[in-house]
Amino acid sequence: MSSDSVSNLMKGHMESLAAEGKRADGRSINEFRDVKIETGMINTAEGSAMVHLGKTKVLCGIKMLIGTPYGDSPKSGTMMTTTELAPLADQSFDPGPPREQSIELSRVVDRGIRESRMIDFEALCIEEGEKVWTVFIDLYILDNKGNLFDCCTLAAAAALSNAKIPNVQHGIADEDVDLPVTCWPISCTFGKLGDKVILDPTSDEESVMSARFTVAHDENGNLRAAQKGMNGAFTDAEVREAVKTARKSDNVLREALKGI
Amino acid sequence: MAGQTDMELIKDGIRLDGRKPDELRDVKITAGVLDNADGSCYLEWGNNKIYAGVFGPMECHPRHKQKADRAIVQARYTMAPFSVNDRKRPGLDRRSTEISYIVSQAFEKVVMVEEFPKASIRVDMQVVEAHAGTRCAAMTAASVALADAGIPMRDMIPACASGKVNDVVVLDLNKEEDNYGQADLPLAIIPSTGEVVLLQLDGHLTPEQFEEAMDLATSGCMDLYKIMRDALDKSYGGKK
Repeated sequence: MSSDSVSNLMKGHMESLAAEGKRADGRSINEFRDVKIETGMINTAEGSAMVHLGKTKVLCGIKMLIGTPYGDSPKSGTMMTTTELAPLADQSFDPGPPREQSIELSRVVDRGIRESRMIDFEALCIEEGEKVWTVFIDLYILDNKGNLFDCCTLAAAAALSNAKIPNVQHGIADEDVDLPVTCWPISCTFGKLGDKVILDPTSDEESVMSARFTVAHDENGNLRAAQKGMNGAFTDAEVREAVKTARKSDNVLREALKGI
Repeated sequence: MAGQTDMELIKDGIRLDGRKPDELRDVKITAGVLDNADGSCYLEWGNNKIYAGVFGPMECHPRHKQKADRAIVQARYTMAPFSVNDRKRPGLDRRSTEISYIVSQAFEKVVMVEEFPKASIRVDMQVVEAHAGTRCAAMTAASVALADAGIPMRDMIPACASGKVNDVVVLDLNKEEDNYGQADLPLAIIPSTGEVVLLQLDGHLTPEQFEEAMDLATSGCMDLYKIMRDALDKSYGGKK
């Protein structure tokens, strides 16, 4: 069903459910959908992972190439995140160059990974000021059933933790070693549905909600990145409450990530 | 095609990956793997991994592409940046554009486009791991996805390549054979009529070798056709 018709028919229904603390799919308002993580299915990639969050599916592949460091950080490797909203994932995704939606998604995922210092960038230096590893995180959305932000961050984290530095292929050393990973950032995304704030919105919920809020924590419970999106608003109290909820609720994702 | 090479790609009738000249790589097909698409398919062909998704029939955008008397098929073939050893830049390059175009035209022959004037049927093929022969693999996956979407079709179109390595005509080139072989001939046919809907060739074949390559690719397509039908039977509990 197109998102417009969901909006018109379902908006009132979903809002009244949320007001009672219920969801159309039977979850409570602060509950994630079931999560499943598989890793290492792409042999041509340095690391790979497929994450199923409910029916949302994201495939992440890591590629590493030798590049030059930025002038202000000659001893640090670099990273780049792209998301491809593959047209087969959603009728509304058009082929063509990345649009705002895809760029926002890439940048929010990028910030979560980068600011948490998940990758030990200094360990990616080959020759100071000259040669460093560049990590490309390419995210392919295969099925969009809502909450791409959390699913993509999870897929990126899982693929990175599964990646090997391709030393042999590039003639740097005799052995491929694991990409040094220091911690696990987890993002939690909330939607505002009527007067309620719900965790992990589905695509139907996304089509009727007015605002979105994403927050990423490291494993010590410290905030690392956040983003408010869409044209609605949250109250100050709602934002503070969402951050607290995220710290409690991200455990299921953290456990799933540790289980791989 | 690199043409002549010193590399020994076939020895005593056995290829580098252990196959005989007329043997396909293992093909695994699963229909209906994606939720949002109207029809979908996941295909593993050797180490190739491909997702295909179909949307439609739906209103055709952009409008100027509409046909008053029939639907159009908008196929799109893309490769993920991590699908090959050197990272590929995301998006459509000239090769993907050409493949998308000829695949669209091939499908317009079998899809009953005359039933849906002004509509568009979108076929998206996403290569997530590539080891030679992806255009054929993508088309095969797209056929199954179209069937899974319930789009009226005259038939599915299996696609399979044959080629030449060390002067031997072989079926379904692998990565090394594609890089160092002497010819590559991707072929797609309509099994019920035997018509050819896609044929490309690059490399060098004598007239006799061309005949042999056509026979081999056709028989490969027929083997594949059975695997495609079995995949659909499995999803839809067809004839036992």
